[in-house]
Amino acid sequence: MAALRSSASRLVVGAASRPTLRPVAAAAARGMATVSDDKPRLKTFQIYRWNPETPTEKPRMQSYTLDLNKTGPMVLDALIRIKNEQDPTLTFRRSCREGICGSCAMNINGTNTLACLCRIPKDDGADMKIYPLPHTYVVKDLVPDLTHFYKQYKSIKPYLQRDTPAPDGKEYRQTREDRKKLDGLYECILCACCSTSCPSYWWNSEEYLGPAILLQSYRWLVDSRDEKTAERKDALNNSMSLYRCHTILNCTRTCPKGLNPGKAISEIKKSMAF
Amino acid sequence: MRLSGLQKEVLALYRHCIRECRKKPEASRDHFLRFARSEFEKNIKIDKRDFTAIEFLLRKGRRQLEVYSSPGVKDIQ
Repeated sequence: MAALRSSASRLVVGAASRPTLRPVAAAAARGMATVSDDKPRLKTFQIYRWNPETPTEKPRMQSYTLDLNKTGPMVLDALIRIKNEQDPTLTFRRSCREGICGSCAMNINGTNTLACLCRIPKDDGADMKIYPLPHTYVVKDLVPDLTHFYKQYKSIKPYLQRDTPAPDGKEYRQTREDRKKLDGLYECILCACCSTSCPSYWWNSEEYLGPAILLQSYRWLVDSRDEKTAERKDALNNSMSLYRCHTILNCTRTCPKGLNPGKAISEIKKSMAF
Repeated sequence: MRLSGLQKEVLALYRHCIRECRKKPEASRDHFLRFARSEFEKNIKIDKRDFTAIEFLLRKGRRQLEVYSSPGVKDIQ
């Protein structure tokens, strides 16, 4: 009887412990998946640091070393891990971590890109250098001041301008062909990677609008529903706003979304010429 | 004394601040003046050849002035 009872109680214990066992096994499996080998793969990140509280101190590069086996694949994962574990004063913008918000635009190994879309190179032992977007005023560390960029965006009136109401009183309709013209334009997230990579924009950012804003400008110029095309073209028709583009095409090369601002600018130039 | 361009810019900003103070209600005008002066005095020790720092502070100051000069801001402590 005693034996029976003990075996029964053991059974109960076994049943109760099963659910607690499973997560442990799952965690072990997950650990196996991320840790490819036991040897730590160390990578050094050199990050631009500058603190506005002490403006007399010069900007400097600070090195952080991480074990890539314990870090996610993207540069943003590494930055977040540095901020969480090594240096909470490190400052950068981030939001969506999937390349749709454009907050984490920065200069990584000499290329403007989104930290959340940029993989940490696996093989090479070289340090990664991370700077804020070039030729921008720095607010702190990797945070650039984009006030002027947004002001320029506002100046092109990035919204639908119409005088006539919709024929059916509800919505402005568009043919499939007209809608297709907006593909490759509407995807722009205004991360400012292209504008800050453009030498022409570096030297004339006060007046030249830059690739990102001109891409948006073109997006409203080709929109079949917009009725202020002539006014929009008129606003661009001066030597600075548009014609400082010399088709250097740094914008197209750097765009983390794979868009082609250079082509959009050429299209504007073409439509102005003919 | 001949002033450098940067020094002139700093003085112009200070004058602009004082001018904006005059637009504030009389009761709080002194508070604004004192605040503006204290903001400048905070960085009075910066070397005049430290251009990058001074340029940054100028930009910061102009931004601050823009915010505080809006008519919605009535008093400052």
